[in-house]
Amino acid sequence: MAVRALSDMMATGETVAAHRPWPRAIISAEIWSEAAQQLRDGHLTLLGLWGEPKTVHMAVLDEGTWRGAVLSLHCPDGRFPSVGRLHPPAIRLERTISDFFGLVADGAPDTRPWLDHGQWGVAHPLAERAPAAKRPGTEYRFLPVEGHGLHQVPVGPVHAGIIEPGHFRFTANGEAVARLEQRLGYVHKGIEALMAGATLERGNRLAQRTSGDSVVAYGIAFARAAEAALGFEAPPRSLWLRALMAELERIAHHIGDFGAICNDAAFAVMHAQCGVLRERVLRAANAAFGHRLMRDRVVPGGVAGDMAAGGREAIEALLDEIRRRLPKLIALYDDTASLQDRTVTTGIVKPELAKIWAPGGHVGRACGRNFDTRRDLAYAPYDRLRFEVPVRHEGDVNARVWIRIEEIKQSVSMIEQILSAMPGGETLRALPAPAGAVEGIGLAEAFRGDVLIWLRVGANGLIERCHLRDASWFQWPLVEAAIEGNIVADFPLCNKSFNCSYSGHDL
Amino acid sequence: MRKILIQSLLKGPYTEKGPAADEAELAALARQVDATARRRLGRSLAIREVDAGSCNGCELEIHALNNAFYDLERFGFKFVASPRHADVLMVTGPVTHNMREGLERTYNATPDPKWVVAVGDCACDGGVFAGSYACIGAVDKVVPVDLRIRGCPPDPIALLKGLLALLEGHGQTASSSGQ
Repeated sequence: MAVRALSDMMATGETVAAHRPWPRAIISAEIWSEAAQQLRDGHLTLLGLWGEPKTVHMAVLDEGTWRGAVLSLHCPDGRFPSVGRLHPPAIRLERTISDFFGLVADGAPDTRPWLDHGQWGVAHPLAERAPAAKRPGTEYRFLPVEGHGLHQVPVGPVHAGIIEPGHFRFTANGEAVARLEQRLGYVHKGIEALMAGATLERGNRLAQRTSGDSVVAYGIAFARAAEAALGFEAPPRSLWLRALMAELERIAHHIGDFGAICNDAAFAVMHAQCGVLRERVLRAANAAFGHRLMRDRVVPGGVAGDMAAGGREAIEALLDEIRRRLPKLIALYDDTASLQDRTVTTGIVKPELAKIWAPGGHVGRACGRNFDTRRDLAYAPYDRLRFEVPVRHEGDVNARVWIRIEEIKQSVSMIEQILSAMPGGETLRALPAPAGAVEGIGLAEAFRGDVLIWLRVGANGLIERCHLRDASWFQWPLVEAAIEGNIVADFPLCNKSFNCSYSGHDL
Repeated sequence: MRKILIQSLLKGPYTEKGPAADEAELAALARQVDATARRRLGRSLAIREVDAGSCNGCELEIHALNNAFYDLERFGFKFVASPRHADVLMVTGPVTHNMREGLERTYNATPDPKWVVAVGDCACDGGVFAGSYACIGAVDKVVPVDLRIRGCPPDPIALLKGLLALLEGHGQTASSSGQ
């Protein structure tokens, strides 16, 4: 059977007029299942899957044409054909839809609750929100593992380091991991429920508190979604300032993680050196934008304020220091055989899995997925900047380290270009009132990959529904796969090289 | 590596002067803390960090305390891997219902005497997440809190002032826990 084009699938449905910039169509259950097959067969890429009380939405991307679309299916009887049945990356998203709305994914391979740990006192908090009795945590059924000489190591939710909480259930044979199963959701804060009825201003603050390490990226994705919905363009200078902040954020986390990964291999000197550089980035960000993490600086309509006096000099001094010091640290990494002994061939993500899961960021780019929203779904000012997207194929910890190193260099170059080419002018414009209910979708490239935000704003200007999808959704399951056959002691190293967000995932 | 180490030695430390004990802000923080526990624990404190629902922003700044500029260990503070080794719990986040048990069990596993420091706006009053079905809100609704450090997130200097307030007595008697 010939593969039906995405636009033809969309044409079978009813187009929703007020959805921008991609089209959204309400389609039939048959087309919904056909799209799921195309995801399975690799003709489409899954970007998001979320619900409403009686509707499910699927954002997909055709990587042949770089066109995106949202397919929506009404499910008045509370059921929809499972996408996860054909395409595993949808499984956790469907479990979440079931937790939030009580919708049933027909044929779903895994129907256990996901973010709902039975502690909320309510069921289906984004739908009828019925009172529900609390369930003991021990009720959760981990997948059975059978075999000779296996033992289990439960880790978390409270971990040994200063990191976010999550549970890892290792089944090991001696030192080798036979299976890792994650249980996440511990930091679920109910962000999508808080979004409903919020102003765009509050929505933006919530979005920038979804994952504290990606505040600029979330700010950009949220602003792009809001601006698309309202048919509004932020002033050009504000877009350049957003990109400047986004690249500073990227450098800060890549440098920090570079050191932290080495630290997990007990190579503390790199951690100390990178810690100094990272602190310099945060101080420059503070000098230029008045906040070390640049929180609440991106706002729908532009940016909250222009760069402070002295900000440019602070950033230029920072770039100088990075250019001076980074090569020495790279050489140190490259020349230390005992360190490479830990990172090379550790925690491999196989290219076949990368094809199915389509992970964003360094996780995907370290195992052959040549994708970056800044280039492939380019938004201003990235369409005017020269940069390369580094790609490697080994898929191990070492490859993820090198992708991060290369991305730091690219970001340094982008910041130079931004500082020299940034246009003048205003940095914030008032948003127009919505003409009825309007919808928008926005993507931004965070340091760990693409963030997707979908938004519906009511005629009163308040948010009706907002969905936020962190890159981690398509990366966490690959951590489970990558650790298989490795020793338990290499898990921190492996996990840090991914550095998935718990909070961004748990919402 | 030898070159980097030698250069680091010649360059001198990055470490900056800590906040002075007589700063008004620090004194105000110190007044929150129980002086009895301060006498018993002395000047060496082991800290266990507990994320009870944070966005991870607070964790980033707590991490920064360990970098060469702030060098927390020079003040006698040390982050430890287990609550059983800890004198201080630094708790972040609007305490999600899903983390309540984890926080309670961590608190109970920490030997007396102990202090709890609520770090960040969320831990102080729920922050932007206050009122969510998924959050309990302030940390003191679950475990007694001795000190609050506000901010979203608090920067390393604010964190340092708060921690030093645990050590630096000002002669004031304590305000009781949970106020």
